[in-house]
Amino acid sequence: MTMRPFVIAAAAALLASTAVFAQQKQTVPAGKADAVIKAAFPTAPEQFLPRLTQDDTMKQCSASHNNPTKTVADEIQKREKATIEYPADGQFLGDWKKGEALAQSGYGLRFTDYPANRPNGGNCYACHQISKKEVSYGTLGPSLYQYGKLRNFAEADVKATYEKIYNSHSALPCSNMPRFGANKVLTIDQIKDAVALLMSPDSPVNKD
Amino acid sequence: MRFRNLFLTVLSVTSLFAFGAFAQDADTEKAIERYRQMLKEDPWSNPGLLDSDRGEALWKTPRGPKNVSLEQCDLGKGPGKVQGAFAELPRYFKDADRVMDVETRILWCMEQLQGFNAADLVKRPHPGGGQPVKELGAMATYVANQSSGEKFAAKLDQPKEKEIVALGEELFNRRSGPMDFACATCHAADGLRIRLQGLPHLSDPKEARKVIGEWPAYRVSSAHVMTMQHRMYDCYWQMRMPQVQLGSEASIALIAYLTKMAQGGEISAPGLKR
Repeated sequence: MTMRPFVIAAAAALLASTAVFAQQKQTVPAGKADAVIKAAFPTAPEQFLPRLTQDDTMKQCSASHNNPTKTVADEIQKREKATIEYPADGQFLGDWKKGEALAQSGYGLRFTDYPANRPNGGNCYACHQISKKEVSYGTLGPSLYQYGKLRNFAEADVKATYEKIYNSHSALPCSNMPRFGANKVLTIDQIKDAVALLMSPDSPVNKD
Repeated sequence: MRFRNLFLTVLSVTSLFAFGAFAQDADTEKAIERYRQMLKEDPWSNPGLLDSDRGEALWKTPRGPKNVSLEQCDLGKGPGKVQGAFAELPRYFKDADRVMDVETRILWCMEQLQGFNAADLVKRPHPGGGQPVKELGAMATYVANQSSGEKFAAKLDQPKEKEIVALGEELFNRRSGPMDFACATCHAADGLRIRLQGLPHLSDPKEARKVIGEWPAYRVSSAHVMTMQHRMYDCYWQMRMPQVQLGSEASIALIAYLTKMAQGGEISAPGLKR
């Protein structure tokens, strides 16, 4: 009987020590990955060189495997929200037909896409269901079918949609979605077209 | 196998509207699965085996400025031992003082034994669509095929091996480029797809064991054998990064990490990919 607490304590100590042991993971020295990446692309043209370096948001999201602490998430959200540029005319809805075209296109920014022969695409269908007609869609992101209808086409949601596409981290820190506006993948007008695809009452996303 | 995952995804999906696409995807997967089954029944129908044969001939032919064959190349099990060598790669090589995957090691042998200039060979190392895999890739296919049926058994327990696996894991999760993509963006969860293409969950040993052993693989869409180094190059292309160099530490680190994840998985190279 008197032995029991001792046995429990010993077992607990053993468990704790194995847990510590299991956590002794091989670590990568700070700066090693940066150096290795810099060396891995020796033929990179000048304009590609910035891509070898991570900004603070990339660093924080990579380090946390896209699961930042609340403090870091707040920091990212604040920083990324500040990058958003709004349309000069205050209009968030563009042309949904152009939005559909850019949602289909994955063109742009790959090393085979230079010199560019057409505008960059958003490649939205790669990850999202959008209009009902397009059955070839990916599942990395949530379905956007009836996106506007489900939100009653509310004005606040139109703006929120623009912000989300412009810089997804402003809505969800460490989102997997590219920062289309902040990283100059899409222009402000193209983002408005994508917003129209999702939020226009006459877009097939909301009609069918 | 992937078909089963897909089926589970179909069951778990809540949107009714998605069903059409899943059914279509399932049909495509079913057809490919049937093709894979036919290949198993008649292995000689895999076009990738032609490249494996070409690789064997290249391996055994005296070539390069020194006009010798690669038959004395040490792939880790001693000079001249090809059978089973791929199953233990990547590994640390004392002569080169670095960890090498199969392609980097063959490149090393071509330089050391045959007198080729490695810098020339890595300038355009991968074939364009429809072109056959290049000589280095054909030899890698041959070497991998000589371990077909075996299980991945690279120990990766030497200090430099452990370091490079850890580095590979970090690179796998490293977001970069104008799209903020990392390998993990597409390959760190179950049952996801890009368009209709299923995405293997490569940081999960269960899934890595199923797919890593199929590389080098004959790729139906580009009509050639694609090696693992080419696969890395193609992923970085899609991530909007520049051209990753064959044999770079980053490429080897990623391959070492993926192989570690696939430890114990069966090698069936060259495999067949969409």
